[in-house]
Amino acid sequence: MKLLKAPLFWLIVGVTAIFALLPLLSNNITLRETLVLSAIYIILAANLNLMIGYTGYVNFGSIVFFGLGGYLTLWLVGSHHWGLYSAVLVAGVSVSALAFLLGIGILRLRGAYFALATIGVNEAVKDFVSNFDVWGGSEGIFLPFTAYKAMGGAGKALWTVYLLIVLVMGSSLLLSLAVRRSKFGLGLFAIREDEDAAVVLGVKAPLYKTLAYSLSAFLPAIAGGLYFFKNGSVVPEEAFNLNLSIEAIVMVMLGGQGTVTGPTIGAFLYERLRGMLLTIPGLSNFHMVIAGVLLLLIILFAPGGLMGWLYRIWPRLRRVLE
Amino acid sequence: MIEIVSSILDGLLIGLVYGLASIGLTLIFGVMDVVNLAHGAVISLGMFSLYFFFGAGLHPYLALIPVAIIGFLLGVLIYQIAVRRILDGPPLMTLLATFAVSMIIVGIGTALWSTSPYNVNFKVQTLNIFGYTVTSARLIAALAAVLVTFMLYYFLYRTTLGKAVRAVSNNREAAELMGIPSQQILAISFGIGTALAMLSGALIATLFPFTILSGSIYELKSFVASVLGGLGNPTGALFGGVILGLIEGSVAPFIAISWTNVIEFVIFVLILLFFPTGLLGGRK
Amino acid sequence: MKPAILEVRNVTKAFGGLIAVKDVSLTQYQGEILGLIGPNGAGKTTLFNVINGVYKPTSGEVIFEGQKISGLPPYEVVRRGLARTHQIVKPLNEMTVLENVTVGACFGPQNLPLEAAQEVAAEVIEFTGLGKYADVLAGKLNIALKKRLEVARALAAKPRLLLLDEVLAGLNPSEVAKMLDVIRAIRDQGISILMIEHIMQAIMSLSDRIVVLNFGEKLAEGSPDEVANDPQVIEAYLGDPEMAKRILEEEEA
Repeated sequence: MKLLKAPLFWLIVGVTAIFALLPLLSNNITLRETLVLSAIYIILAANLNLMIGYTGYVNFGSIVFFGLGGYLTLWLVGSHHWGLYSAVLVAGVSVSALAFLLGIGILRLRGAYFALATIGVNEAVKDFVSNFDVWGGSEGIFLPFTAYKAMGGAGKALWTVYLLIVLVMGSSLLLSLAVRRSKFGLGLFAIREDEDAAVVLGVKAPLYKTLAYSLSAFLPAIAGGLYFFKNGSVVPEEAFNLNLSIEAIVMVMLGGQGTVTGPTIGAFLYERLRGMLLTIPGLSNFHMVIAGVLLLLIILFAPGGLMGWLYRIWPRLRRVLE
Repeated sequence: MIEIVSSILDGLLIGLVYGLASIGLTLIFGVMDVVNLAHGAVISLGMFSLYFFFGAGLHPYLALIPVAIIGFLLGVLIYQIAVRRILDGPPLMTLLATFAVSMIIVGIGTALWSTSPYNVNFKVQTLNIFGYTVTSARLIAALAAVLVTFMLYYFLYRTTLGKAVRAVSNNREAAELMGIPSQQILAISFGIGTALAMLSGALIATLFPFTILSGSIYELKSFVASVLGGLGNPTGALFGGVILGLIEGSVAPFIAISWTNVIEFVIFVLILLFFPTGLLGGRK
Repeated sequence: MKPAILEVRNVTKAFGGLIAVKDVSLTQYQGEILGLIGPNGAGKTTLFNVINGVYKPTSGEVIFEGQKISGLPPYEVVRRGLARTHQIVKPLNEMTVLENVTVGACFGPQNLPLEAAQEVAAEVIEFTGLGKYADVLAGKLNIALKKRLEVARALAAKPRLLLLDEVLAGLNPSEVAKMLDVIRAIRDQGISILMIEHIMQAIMSLSDRIVVLNFGEKLAEGSPDEVANDPQVIEAYLGDPEMAKRILEEEEA
């Protein structure tokens, strides 16, 4: 296991442990709720990076995986009395499989066409779920309070779910690292740089892209299941909130697309920034504007994001943080 | 039966307005290979511009003139700020940059005007053509769309500047070698594309209530229409708009409105997958 | 006579109404360097694209080592042992030279795991004289080095047939000489080479046989001497003012 020798591996383990232990040891629920949001952002950004940063395909609608994961989990737990663990696993696998099938179709589209199709997928799924009575239509699904009983009551269940979300966060980062260092990752990077050249060099681009798309759906779907289980309800507007998937793009670009650590740092910074803006009166209405300005500035002046910029002035850092 | 024919007729008329919006999108793509994701936001701005000119006492159809001018200037501005620097970079970047512009416009619009619906109230007559009824506003909007399209064609095929736009669209390097200042032409093209989007938004505002978010629906329609006709091909975009309008008109009596978006999106993906250069053939 | 490694049988490729390659047949024998020449627009690169699967032929077929490969996607063709370079170089810009070449080694016929591929890539980089640049981003190389990178990437696949598309174009005389050494060394490894080239002296001295295309059709085939003295070939070239000029320039140089 060469991965165990990478400094970044231990850094990821460390950060994950800090996320888990900090609120747990201080028994601080406010801190937990702040960190859960950061963790969700990191999960979304890190997995989105597999498409945008590694494969070079802009997915505007990545939130659809998160939302579907939430719906499937709450439906299995609420209507079919499944346990949480099996429900999120089934949700993750199903959404990933669905993404694979969908990917076979829409990944034949390149560039802007693909990007638009992903918006369309999210909007179409949202419209469908809003009209789908089995999942409560536009009312969504509410979990009965008894759903938490099996996990030792609501208070204990929320802690367990928090730790699971942190675990998914750590797994997302390790996945990014493992893919970055694999043959699969090398093929993806080749596709990102020049798909036609990659194909001529022997990279099975259609399969690789579809696998990347499917892989980038798995952990966000599980995270969606955990997150909405924690909330106790899921509605279409929240599950398929296109704005959140666009903010995830801003996070990826801010931290540095294509790097392992960039999206995490971007997600963390963006979450802080957003929190700050929301507390300043008069600015809270403008947070999408500021996200837009931020995105534009990054694209125009630092397309490699924060990590790209750091690696340029200090190349050695790339070896450690990748 | 009369209801269905009226609905199809309505579809045809609104389809011409979709066509106008699509030409704006396809023109920018054709000239500089940029897919303008701020298109929908600009359409919304067109709606609000008309609303404010109308509020200031201008006749809505006269207001189209200042709306077009504002659109042109806005387009040049967007090009200079967000597009020019990264035009030769990876396509992913222009996509994200125009999207950022869209976030900014929609964000400001939401803060200023909220997301509740607005409408332009003016007297609308119902006309009776061969026994089928249409509203005068719809007819005029369609005629205005056709008129603007004719003006665009006149510009592209009969004026020196228009010919320069076509030359740059065809081969930028060759056009530069022949002394055509391509940066100016690109800025002008982006301006015209944006003006067309604003105009189509303004025309739609004379027909339906709207919010700052409405543009995104018409952005999707513009994409569907442009890919139907082949992205980069203005005639195709107009044709695509009409087809889309006709489809909407034909299905409207039978299904709930909330499903039209899903259907249009499915058409969009199917067309992209099976006719990647459109039904009329686009620019590669 | 040695067995054939590549057979192009009656290949035609049309784009709409434009026929870029018309009923071309050719055979390449194992271990041989076969030159493909012809004026600009003669259909040489199109023929390469048909051979390696970028295009499907409109009619006709391509046989590699006795098996039909036309209709296969490019990644299947390279996995069978047929690699190529591009006339317009296609470096993977934001990846290092080593990573670029590793891609070639990883996804070639041997389907190597990453680490083994890196070792092969390192060897090939030394062999093609790119050793100094292993950690440089490919986008930062000059044109001569990018051309060499194209060759190195294709070579890393360990192909049995290598298609070289104008690897000498745009190089200065000393760079051309270095590249010729590389090509000869590749041939000495037993790899068959099919190459498109405009620099006449080079192709005449390297090739065992030459095929001439003109307006998409095969005009002549034979040893370099036979082809050079074929009146039809001379006419085709002199009919092309650019080529005539180029030949004159070479003689002056």
